Amino acid sequence: MIAEIGHFALVLALCVAMVQATVPLIGAARGRASWMAVAGAASALQFLFIAVAFAALTNAFVTSDFSVMNVAQNSHTDKPLLYKVAGVWGNHEGSLLLWITILALFGFAVTLFGGNLPPGLKARALAVQAMIAVGFLLFILLTSNPFARVEPPPFNGSGLNPMLQDPGLAFHPPMLYLGYVGFSMAFSFAIAALLEGRVDAAWARWVRPWTLAAWVFLTGGIILGSWWAYYTLGWGGWWYWDPVENASFMPWLAGTALLHSAVVVEKRDALKSWTILLAIVAFGLSLLGTFLVRSGVLTSVHAFATDPARGVFILLLLVLAVGGSFALYAVRAPAMKMGGLFSPISREGSLLLNNVLMATGAATVLLGTLYPLIADALNLGKVSVGPPFFNAVFLPLMAPMVVVMAIGPMMAWKRGDLPGVLSRLKFVGAAALGVAMLVWFLQGGSSGPWWTGAGFALAVWLGLGTLVDLADRTRLIQAPAEAWGRAARLPRSFWGMVLAHLGVAVFIVGLTASSAWTTEHIQTQKIGETVMVGGFGVTLKSVDEVPGPNYTASRGSFEISRGGTVIDVMQPEKRTYRQPPRPTTTAAIRSGFLGDLYVVIGDPDPGKGGHVTRLYFNPCIPWLWAGALLLVIGGLISLADRRHRVGAPTRAGAVRGAKA
Amino acid sequence: MRWLSLSRRALAPLAWLSRHGARALNAPTPRALGARRLFMASAIILFAAPALAVNPDEMLKDPAQEHRARELGKDLRCLVCQNQSIDDSDADLAKDLRVIVRERISAGDSDDQVRKFVVDRYGDYVLLKPPFKGTTLVLWVGPFVLFAVALAVVFGFYRRRAGAAAAPPPPPLSADEKRRLEKLLKETLPKEKGK
Repeated sequence: MIAEIGHFALVLALCVAMVQATVPLIGAARGRASWMAVAGAASALQFLFIAVAFAALTNAFVTSDFSVMNVAQNSHTDKPLLYKVAGVWGNHEGSLLLWITILALFGFAVTLFGGNLPPGLKARALAVQAMIAVGFLLFILLTSNPFARVEPPPFNGSGLNPMLQDPGLAFHPPMLYLGYVGFSMAFSFAIAALLEGRVDAAWARWVRPWTLAAWVFLTGGIILGSWWAYYTLGWGGWWYWDPVENASFMPWLAGTALLHSAVVVEKRDALKSWTILLAIVAFGLSLLGTFLVRSGVLTSVHAFATDPARGVFILLLLVLAVGGSFALYAVRAPAMKMGGLFSPISREGSLLLNNVLMATGAATVLLGTLYPLIADALNLGKVSVGPPFFNAVFLPLMAPMVVVMAIGPMMAWKRGDLPGVLSRLKFVGAAALGVAMLVWFLQGGSSGPWWTGAGFALAVWLGLGTLVDLADRTRLIQAPAEAWGRAARLPRSFWGMVLAHLGVAVFIVGLTASSAWTTEHIQTQKIGETVMVGGFGVTLKSVDEVPGPNYTASRGSFEISRGGTVIDVMQPEKRTYRQPPRPTTTAAIRSGFLGDLYVVIGDPDPGKGGHVTRLYFNPCIPWLWAGALLLVIGGLISLADRRHRVGAPTRAGAVRGAKA
Repeated sequence: MRWLSLSRRALAPLAWLSRHGARALNAPTPRALGARRLFMASAIILFAAPALAVNPDEMLKDPAQEHRARELGKDLRCLVCQNQSIDDSDADLAKDLRVIVRERISAGDSDDQVRKFVVDRYGDYVLLKPPFKGTTLVLWVGPFVLFAVALAVVFGFYRRRAGAAAAPPPPPLSADEKRRLEKLLKETLPKEKGK
């Protein structure tokens, strides 16, 4: 019964969304306030119905109602409660329900917090938001009903894939979706602005915090996934340029570009048309990612062709949404007024250059991800596009961007002084060169990869450059006594920028060092045998069978010693789950400032006795997580900036100004 | 969204594969390979597990040779997996390929010879870094062309704006307009300062 209520609630939500997608739009076109006001109530109602559906499915999972097919296929009574709940979105139907729930939540948030929005813009944005909801609700109801029953119900479920039974993965999808779907806000407001025919600082001031919030979630979601891969997959990799990863990385790149170009719209009233385009592209890439992952087109084009219902539906949705908005853009964008003038050498100019590089990067990832599909469809033969391609093409595009990232924030708006900025950065440049040479020397010249020096130089350039900018603005050198007061008076958005840029610098250190200098020891280790890894002595003491809630683990105990004294015991596990019966590995990781000691226990070796063990020293891996954390914290601090709370400046003045 | 496609970290512990995989090394026809991949695509979904690839018994004694084998392995695709190199996968086919690579290295082949040996038998599909040729031209050149086009568009944008700025200046303000401007400035400036 509860499952049917959930199903019925989805149908009701669809009806409400259809009203919300049309009535406010007509109201805005004809200037009828009462019609426009429908949007608010409808968005609240739509959220309510979808929340009921989500709660109904969660209830089915928590109570293990195996008469619901989705639960029978993806859950089991033995699972801990956390993974029963996480099982709701650990499957196709449920993850779409989560998608639409978050979409409705964002729509409702516009109604809740958008009191100071111009009513026309608000009504139109909510209508666009509802159009997306109609598409996805139809998709769920017609092709992917999460509430379908099974007759007769099985005694128990087939269980959730053990690899998903992990705290990192339990929270990864909701975070990622908050980011993905969060870009729908920027999209809806971009379409609403195109319909209205004007974009101004007030628009940017409203769109920016929502984009920033989506970006923070997306960053967190991607990193959570990487972190999970790092400790679960058992050999210390954390990014594979897999199509599914790329699907989340492309919107991130476009979203990052959007954040920066929206600054220019807000402060200088320029780059408006480009910002609108980016908002469309960012959400378009989110939709494309959903299509790639949900249609099965990645597994094989043939699998897509044999069961095309879902794939074709979502492709149609993608074509309608992206094609429609591009068409609207083509018609309306040229009419948009050009804003403030600026020279190429200026803050705006460097943000634009950053945008060009980011957009090219996103296009590169898109090309590499889709190329195998395109080649297959055009009969150009089977092509694999893997990590070596992306590393060879994407990273060279990002290097100049990092160089500009240190210079840009020091430039003045409108017309910057490049020689002046470079002279402020000359010591930073010298330090970067010095570090590059030091790294080259320490790694033993060409016995390590050639690019390590370049990676460290970029990190030092960006990190120190950002700190020099901070020191200059607080006059730390000239008047150290007042520096603290000055620092406290700097706007939070500036602090957010500083932290995020420092985060990128720290991240580059981790990326470079972990890619270049990982050491690996794979061997059959007998009980009592010691292997030296990264300066640590790793001794296998015992391997024991340990029961878990729904698995049994063989747990290795390794004694870690440094200079003859035992400093730690590490216990990696190899688990075998009961339902479904599959093995997983849980690595033991000991993090330090310089890197991670990473220990994995494998199968017993029947021939020689002992166990296969994989021991790694992964240098600077914690720097990756620290860098990503700085990005997220920077985003959150910027989100807390005063101007996002005091609201947008009144719109009337801006409009009159534009007409004059 | 890595969790949504577990198959790529997949393990395919099928005896079927080890038998047929070895045979495929000798005489694979493209069609047979395609059919096998299709079959495996459905099979690996059922056997997702963490990849614990290179095993101690496969490794070469000489660390320099083993290092070369690892570097080569990173660029070779495990044909039955989704986007995994043979070093990352513990599918039996990947293991077979790792052994082949090591056999060729022990036999004294250069890196290019090993790569050619594998490509001759499996086609370009086995290379994770596609070769530069006619059918991959768009892939390799595309990003740089895009970047050049984007720069050209930005350049054109600055040119147009510079042109717009250089347009004849508007006629000077009349005396009446000047008075209005002064009045306006007086009204608004103190407020701006207060903000």
